[in-house]
Order: sequence, then C-alpha cells, then structure tokens
Amino acid sequence: MIRFDQVSKRYPEGREALSRVNFDIPAGDMVFLTGKSGAGKSTLLKLIIVMERASQGQVFVQGTNLNRLARRNIPAIRRDIGVVFQNHQLLFDRTVFENVALPLTIAGYQPREVGRRVRAALAKVGLGDKEKQLPIALSGGEQQRVGIARAVVNKPSLLLADEPTGNLDPGLSAEIMNLFEQFNQVGVTVLIASHDLALINRMNRRQLLLHEGRLLEDRPPATLVATDLRGGL
Amino acid sequence: MAMAGKRPPRRPNLQAATRVVNKADGAGGASTSKRSLGDQWRAYLANHRRVARESLQGLFKVWLASAMTWLVIGIAMALPTMLYLILSNASTLSGDWDGKPRISIYLQESVSEADGRGFAQQLLADELVVAVDYVSPSAALAEFTQRSGFGDVLRSLDRNPLPAVITIEPGVSQTGQLKPLVARLEAEAMIASVSFDLAWMERLFAILDLAERFVTALGGFLALGVLLVIGNTIRLAIENRRAEIEVVKLVGGTDSFVRRPFLYLGFWYGLGGALMAWVLVGASLVFLSAPIEMLLASYQGDFLVIGLSGGESLLLLLLGSGLGILGAALAVGRHLRQIEPS
Repeated sequence: MIRFDQVSKRYPEGREALSRVNFDIPAGDMVFLTGKSGAGKSTLLKLIIVMERASQGQVFVQGTNLNRLARRNIPAIRRDIGVVFQNHQLLFDRTVFENVALPLTIAGYQPREVGRRVRAALAKVGLGDKEKQLPIALSGGEQQRVGIARAVVNKPSLLLADEPTGNLDPGLSAEIMNLFEQFNQVGVTVLIASHDLALINRMNRRQLLLHEGRLLEDRPPATLVATDLRGGL
Repeated sequence: MAMAGKRPPRRPNLQAATRVVNKADGAGGASTSKRSLGDQWRAYLANHRRVARESLQGLFKVWLASAMTWLVIGIAMALPTMLYLILSNASTLSGDWDGKPRISIYLQESVSEADGRGFAQQLLADELVVAVDYVSPSAALAEFTQRSGFGDVLRSLDRNPLPAVITIEPGVSQTGQLKPLVARLEAEAMIASVSFDLAWMERLFAILDLAERFVTALGGFLALGVLLVIGNTIRLAIENRRAEIEVVKLVGGTDSFVRRPFLYLGFWYGLGGALMAWVLVGASLVFLSAPIEMLLASYQGDFLVIGLSGGESLLLLLLGSGLGILGAALAVGRHLRQIEPS
C-alpha cells in the first residue's frame, strides 16, 4: 500500500527532514508513526499525499510512483486517501454536513448519494445530530470527529492521521483510536502519526519510530509486547 | 465524559463497515468508474448550478460592496455604449441623405427668372447631368422662412437677399469625375458661385468614421479597465478564501473544481455590471432624448432618439459576462497555482 525506498527530504532552507527512510506498509495494516515533534512525522505524511515531493528516493502509494506523478494527477491520488489533520482543516463558514460532504462533492456524487453517505459517516463518528451546526459551535473532540468523518466519507482505502489526539484528553483520545481500529478492521490501511506513547503502546500495533529524520526502529506488535513486559521502551 | 452517551449504536457501524470493505476490495482500481457516466454528468451539472447559485448569494450577502463593483463596471461599460448610441443616431440622421451628390449653382442677381430657367434646361443637355431643379429667389425665400424661423428678420429687409438656385443631380458620384463639370460651370458668366456639397458629405462621413474608431478604441480601453477591476476583485476573493482552497486541494479537488466558483463570481460581476450599464444608458436616454428631439425638430421635423435594440442589449450583457469570466480566468490562473496546502 505504502512503500518508501531510500527516501530523503531536504527543504529549500537546507534542513533535512527525512534521510534515507525505508519501509513497506501492506494493505490492511494499521501502523503508528512515532517520534518527537520535528522528527519528520508530518513530512513523511506530506510525502504520501504529495503535499511535498521527495528530494531523493521513491515513494509508492498503491503502486503509483509519486515522484513521477504529474501535477494534474495529484487530486486523483488524494481522493483515495482520507486524511485527518491535527488542526482539523475544517471550513468554519460551512456546516458540519457541508464539511463532510466536500470530498463527495469534489468526486462528483449525486446530492442524494452525498446525503446518504454523509449521514452514515456522521453517525459512525457519533455526530448524527450535529450536521446542521457550524464547526465553531463544537468542542475540540467533536471537531476532530468531523475531520474523521470527512476523511472516511469517500471510503478511501488508505487513512492517514497526523496527531489526531494531539489536543484531546485521554478518554477522548481512546475514543478516537477506537474509531481508527474499527476502520482498520474493515480493511482500511491506517497510518497514524502520534507522540502519545502511552496510548500507542496500549494499542499493540506495528510502530515506525522516527528520530531526526531517520527511521530508528520498525517494531512489529509482538516485539512491542515483549518490550513492554521488560518494562522498558 | 460527555461523549460516552453519543457513541453510535453497534449495528449501523457494521453496516458502514461492510460498505467500506466492499470499497476496499476494489481498491487500486478506479472507484469512481462504478458510477455511470450519466450520473457523473448530472452531478457535474448539479455542481455547476450549486456553485452558480452560491456565488450569486455570496455577492448579495455583501450587497453594498457588490453594488459598488457593479457600478464601477457599469459606468465603464455605459460610457462607450452611450457614445456608440450617439454615433448610430448621427448615422441615422445623415442616412436621410440618399448618398447622391448635389451641385448647387447660385445665379447672379442680375439674371432674370426666364434666363435662369432657360439656362437650367441647357444644362440638362450635358451628359453628366441627370436632373435639374430651378428655385426662384422668391421660392427660396418662402422655403427659408418656413425652415429657419427667421421670417421676421427677412421681412424686415427691404429686398430679397436670396439668389436664384439651380440644383443639379449628376449621373456619377465620384468627386473626380464631377470636377470638370464644376470647373465648366464656374466659368459661366451667369453664375455667381457653385457649391459642391459632396466634399462636405465626404468630410462628415470621414468624421463619423473617425468617431467610430475613437469609440472603438475607448471601448477597448474601458474593457481593459473592466478586466482589471474584475481581476482584482477576484484576486481579493481568492485571498479571502485561501483556507478553503487549501482544504479543497487537500481532499482531492481538481484545479477546475477550485477555479469554478471564481469563474462564476466573475460572470456575475460582469453580468451585473452590464445590467448596471444598461440601466445607466437607459436613464441617460430618458434624461437627454426630450431636449435632443426638440432641438432636432427645429431643424428638420420628426426625429426620435434611438435606444439600444433587443439584440444590442443582449450583446451588451454577453460582452459584460464574457469580460467577467475572462477577468476571473486571468486572476485565477495567476493566483490559484500559488496556493498549495502547507
């Protein structure tokens, strides 16, 4: 589903955000991307949705080499990837319904179909009764769930999340993670960038640990359990 | 925890989940191809209708600012339209002239009416002359009194100041061919002067042609102005909706999808401006037509100021909306590429 092959990313100002990162995430997997802030997590996600291009190496998403992707083909790639942003990226002058409907409108769905899918997605994240409200009237956790509904409404095969629990209390964070697990259970590949180690460790999933742009560790779930039993990280 | 009660029931979750699985099975292929082309086309049209409606509603939401923009565009378009109308009215006036030249011969005062008429008949023998018309001094005076309204002044004179006139309608219309005839006439002893009004008409048409070019050039400049006004307004709209553009691009909006609302915005600005111009021109005509008609009536009887025809009005609206779309397209093409999500 996602393959990084010796990927480096150097920003114009000279900072190297990623250096020679290698990994492969098969379809249907659920993976956490961890590391301190500034370790390169956001850059890695940006490369997957072609907000940035790799300076060196190859990025493949669903078999497509993103380095060779023409600018006009970027929208098609993004439509099949649901993204949950740390700052939500909601439109505050549009209702919850309109926010969630945006990807469907872009993809050219009939209004009837849009209504059906948006309500299903909002029900899924527990906001069925808020569709007519403006995002500003919602709490941080609710806004985040609007963002999740928008990310999954087009039924993408890949779901990315950048610090989805960043500003939430532990209880809300667990709820959000639970939602991601449910999507993963039905076949969606999920990649979540987070530095909330306590939460991640409880999830017992594969972890990619980034440190100063390098992939320090690629830990499968079982190893993680063993590490936990030893009581260290 | 406030959220606990809001968790959705389990069953709908599973249904939603099943749908996602179905989608995931087909992943990698083109998921959109499952919808028929007809459906996509209808959705595309629905999006156009929605965007057109929303952009117009958006303009009315800030109606004062929109009205100002419409007025600016309206004034810029009304000016050349007014000049165009003045020209077309002037052409109508000059169009009353049948396009054939006339040569007027003013006879010496000493020439009697009988000699004058005889001379006129002689002129008919010339192959270049098709028709002649002799107007005696008294007939000329009567006509002048009726046409000019200077009857009282003329009556106060002790004698008729007007000479006898012979009007010649030549068989050819080129100035060059008529010059020998004019020269021959000028040599005649009976004739005081020869007035050849073709040159005057040629000058009038040259002036009208010049004015037409002037109006075209002015129209071009003002069209450029309208383009810039709309372009700049759209640029501001793009700047105001930067966040929205970024989000739309992030969730896979194509360039044409992002561009669409702004093109419609330009269309509404242009169309509204053209409507405003139409109203301004109409109001000016109402304001001006009565005095103009009165003025012209004193010269030559009935004259009606002609306004914009249905076709010309439609053309004005098309031109306005076309300029709007073009101005928006220029602004969008320049600024939209610079806005990328970061």
